[in-house]
Amino acid sequence: MSLLEITDLRAGYGRIEVLHGITLRVEPHALCAIVGANGAGKTTLLLAISRLLDARAGTIRFDGRDVTRAPSHAIVRAGLSHVPEGRRILPAMSVEENLLVAAALRKDLDARTEITALYDRFPILDTRRRLAAGSLSGGEQQMLAIARALVVRPKLLVLDEPSMGLAPKLVAQIFDIVASERARGTSILLVEQNARKALALADYAYVMERGTIALEGTGADLAGRPEIAAAYLGDGDRSRLG
Amino acid sequence: MLAQQLANGLFLGAVYALFAIGYTLVFGVLDILNLAHAAIFMATAFAAIALVGAGLPLALAIAIAVVFAGLLGIALDRVAFAPLRARNAGTLVPLISSIGVAIAIGGVARGLFGPGEHRFPSGTLGPLGEGRIHLGALAFSGLDIVILGVALALMGTLAYVMRATSLGRAIRAVAEDRVAAALLGLDLERTIALTFFIASALGGAAGILIGLQYDSVSLEMGSRIELKGLAIVILGGMGSITGAVIGAFILGAVEVLSVAYITSSYRDAVAFGVMFAILVLRPSGLLGKRALRTA
Ligand SMILES: Nc1ncnc2c1ncn2[C@@H]1O[C@H](COP(=O)(O)OP(=O)(O)OP(=O)(O)O)[C@@H](O)[C@H]1O
Ligand SMILES: [Mg+2]
Repeated sequence: MSLLEITDLRAGYGRIEVLHGITLRVEPHALCAIVGANGAGKTTLLLAISRLLDARAGTIRFDGRDVTRAPSHAIVRAGLSHVPEGRRILPAMSVEENLLVAAALRKDLDARTEITALYDRFPILDTRRRLAAGSLSGGEQQMLAIARALVVRPKLLVLDEPSMGLAPKLVAQIFDIVASERARGTSILLVEQNARKALALADYAYVMERGTIALEGTGADLAGRPEIAAAYLGDGDRSRLG
Repeated sequence: MLAQQLANGLFLGAVYALFAIGYTLVFGVLDILNLAHAAIFMATAFAAIALVGAGLPLALAIAIAVVFAGLLGIALDRVAFAPLRARNAGTLVPLISSIGVAIAIGGVARGLFGPGEHRFPSGTLGPLGEGRIHLGALAFSGLDIVILGVALALMGTLAYVMRATSLGRAIRAVAEDRVAAALLGLDLERTIALTFFIASALGGAAGILIGLQYDSVSLEMGSRIELKGLAIVILGGMGSITGAVIGAFILGAVEVLSVAYITSSYRDAVAFGVMFAILVLRPSGLLGKRALRTA
């Protein structure tokens, strides 16, 4: 059974429909990538999955439950952690407080122990723990956003363009973190502008275009297709497919 | 003389602070002005009188009335704000719906208690009502000390809750970024309800303390303090708890000093004049909204 199962999902803003019937699955312990041009609706899809946006039609099932109408906090509680576009750290709160806010969800875990374990994985956050999160560099903020999502030990980690705006060295570091989290058995849904890297890592991938799924296949399969190479694997070229 | 006046300003300021914190907490979290806050302040004072009248000891009556105030705050949110929030109605419409709730609370209080001045039954204060305590050249009533003590204890508890508990962190997170808070699994509606509980309980406590201090509770007591409370939070910086407390003590001191050294009929004119002058110098208030988030 798939961990996340989206069927014919429609959603949008106001009168505008952005997602015109999306169907996709994320299998347990797998990394699923979504690539697509600017404005294709990738972020909108992730917001609908996290229930920050209402589904107008279709269903979302997570971990065996229908969560199409569940409140957003119930989705997180069920084990889906979402690192949003633009990171959305809480800038006035300290690094540690950011982690504590997230950790409060898991009353069955000891917050201290979990946070200490994350400091071991992200030593830079340990050295910054008392600083206001807003004073961190972009890369450090992205680490914090990911650490904050991991502190509740999610079943599915959803990442919206985690490498956006980062220097190449930091991009590599973020991808290492994603790979290591997947090696621990966490399922991952990765939206990424860096299609080459995302497809190389992905077990399965979807190409989104104007609110629909245009193509899908294994990461290797999609990376090998000439139309993908032309549209998404050029040097930073993000023009539309086909 | 001056020291005694400043001490009196401290008592007044402490109660103003309790009241004003309610506005700033709700504003910090929701970006709306809750214009039913003063009605809850008034209703809680009446509730305390009714409970003492029913034979409860004062401390227990205060405790029950304060919890009642908090629950009234949650009900206020459910009726006046939550439905509008669900429809993204902006910040102006909730202002109007909270005025509606204020009028409704005022109407119920008028029906139950009637107009005019109401007092706590004689003997309510017990030994607190008699004699004066001397501290060097300063003299206080036992009641003054209790009011200051209760107000400071409540503010201290609030500071602790905001800084060091998961509820306080949740409130600050929702104040800072509602979307981020939801993605971290916070239950927004629950956090907002608890914010209203705290804000209204503190406002209600202020109503009881003022009622005891002046030995008078009336339907108009809310409208008398409302503008002062709003002026205090603007002075302190909207959304800042520390700013509201500082603003309240400034207002308390200025009021008491203007009565002592100018004349009591200019008390409010002088107080608002001083606040106006400070705002001319610092238009965004003493501290900004940020202070709730870092509290
Ligand atoms: N809050 C909003 N209100 C109205 N329209 C929106 C809103 N957010 C996004 N849109 C529109 O929805 C469409 C999809 O946007 P979305 O952000 O989901 O795309 P994306 O694939 O994530 O793009 P990017 O790669 O730039 O992040 C776009 O046409 C965009 O203009
Ligand atoms: Mg996007």
